[in-house]
Amino acid sequence: MIGVDDLRVSFGPTRALDGVSATVATGEWVALIGPNGAGKTTLLRAIAGLTPSAGGIVLAGQPARQLSHRKRARLIAYVPQHPQLPPEMTGLDYILLGRTPHLGYFAMESEADRRICLDLLDRMALTDMAGRRLATMSGGEAQRLVLARALAQQAPILVLDEPTSSLDLGRRVDALELIDEMRRERSLTVLSAIHDLTLAGQFADRLVLLRKGTVAADGEPADVLRDDLLSEAFGAGVGVLRTSGGDLAVISHRQRSAAPP
Amino acid sequence: MIGATVILAVAVIAGVSIGPVSVPLGVIADTLAAHLPWHPAVSVPPVDAAIIWQIRLPRVLLGALVGSMLAGGGAAYQGVFRNPLADPYLLGVAAGAGLGATAVIISGGGLGLLPVAAFGGAIAAVALTYLLGAGAGRPGEDGGQRGAAGTASILLAGIAVAALLTAAQTYLQQAHTQTLQSVYAWILGGLSNATWSQAWLIVPYVLISGLILLAHRRLLDVLRVGETEAGALGVNVPRLRLIVVIAATLGVAAAVSVSGLIGFVGIIVPHLARLTAGASYRIVLPVSMIGGAAFLVLADIAARTVQPDTEIPIGVITAAIGAPFFLFVLRSRRARAETS
Repeated sequence: MIGVDDLRVSFGPTRALDGVSATVATGEWVALIGPNGAGKTTLLRAIAGLTPSAGGIVLAGQPARQLSHRKRARLIAYVPQHPQLPPEMTGLDYILLGRTPHLGYFAMESEADRRICLDLLDRMALTDMAGRRLATMSGGEAQRLVLARALAQQAPILVLDEPTSSLDLGRRVDALELIDEMRRERSLTVLSAIHDLTLAGQFADRLVLLRKGTVAADGEPADVLRDDLLSEAFGAGVGVLRTSGGDLAVISHRQRSAAPP
Repeated sequence: MIGATVILAVAVIAGVSIGPVSVPLGVIADTLAAHLPWHPAVSVPPVDAAIIWQIRLPRVLLGALVGSMLAGGGAAYQGVFRNPLADPYLLGVAAGAGLGATAVIISGGGLGLLPVAAFGGAIAAVALTYLLGAGAGRPGEDGGQRGAAGTASILLAGIAVAALLTAAQTYLQQAHTQTLQSVYAWILGGLSNATWSQAWLIVPYVLISGLILLAHRRLLDVLRVGETEAGALGVNVPRLRLIVVIAATLGVAAAVSVSGLIGFVGIIVPHLARLTAGASYRIVLPVSMIGGAAFLVLADIAARTVQPDTEIPIGVITAAIGAPFFLFVLRSRRARAETS
């Protein structure tokens, strides 16, 4: 469970977050949506303790500010939008990094840590990546490996910043399905920024729309994916269609009508 | 790692054997045996024994200690600052030590004071760099990337502190031209005055520093994913950086205080370790330490044998090997980047 209360972050004179309050229930998937610069990444980083902030943050029932780096990392696994992938590192060594919060300062990974990571690779059908260098991996493979590293932390909360931004449409759906599967399997609490509004509406239980550092809307996808709310937040003509299958599809309107033939 | 150890063993044997006076290996072995407790009765010509025990052995040992520390310190700096061009002099160790040494030499202070002043200058320079750099950069103005900005401002502060201290050192040096020769000789670095007492003096620093750095090998691997992600994995990055810098600085300052400013060891040996043994710091750190020892012992052999009558400053040898090698590393990196 994640709870933030009146969260504020300032970068010099600019207010990146201006009193954000929101909760994510245990086992729930909440997607953060909003235009560029609305504060999505800042909110995720503040929750993960990577950006100084004011206001309340509660992680799994514990006030986050009283937690050490290590204890926080045992509660929350954070994946940035562009994870750094050391090219010479092997897949297994990369996933083993996820065990860091469980290891003593001078300790090395134990056989149990390796077991946890190998089982995870097995579960995610990535076993063939264990010995490969990261430099040889495709975008989709690397994305799954990054998720595996986050899961190796065995934290109840998963915070993902644009987990699919570098993938093609098919890989995007695959990656989100995998996240959903792992979430259900392990009752994970997931908070993720998702750029693609249609995908956000399909996968998340609830959407939080950020605009200029404040919460503009918070609710189920059908309540947030509305023409008026999105047009105002994104400053452009946005339309929401309901497909015959019942999915909500978000499309943008051109500013000018197409040139006549 | 086994390869590096074998090279080190060969280098040490060569370093003890090679010199203007040739001493047979058997005599060397007997000389060493004579210094063991409960040693067998051996008879060694006293001149040969003195050459081996009083001149060559401390020199080889000192070279190994200094080389090991410079290379290990360089590898640790490269890891903690995530910068392949980092060397152990990055934060002002060299400039501070140079200023301290110059001050002692021009003031006509005893040579016994020289290592103390060099050590003190080196430590003070790094402390100054850290105080200025780590406090710089107001929180937030970097878009929340405090860790990254911290690194950049520490490196920049290091450049500024080094420039300032080098300016002071150059001024002192030029104002006292009669001591130019000895100042210059110290700055170029060398092992020609090696003694047992110097070696024993730096052993504790090198040992403690080396052990602390080795104990951080796993955490340096975590840092390879960047400071943000390392922080998200529960690593207190500023604290880790401070501990590694303190450990590396103590050892490197001790090494520099007795050997002067020997360049390039700290930068090429870790890269050689990466190229041949792998990029993980679990490998790079120990291989750099062993390989740095071997490299400096071999460079010292070259320094005292290439020209028959005189010694070449060891800094010239390390740079003459180091610079071309560095270009080779850069080129092969580009080639690999293109093929993968």
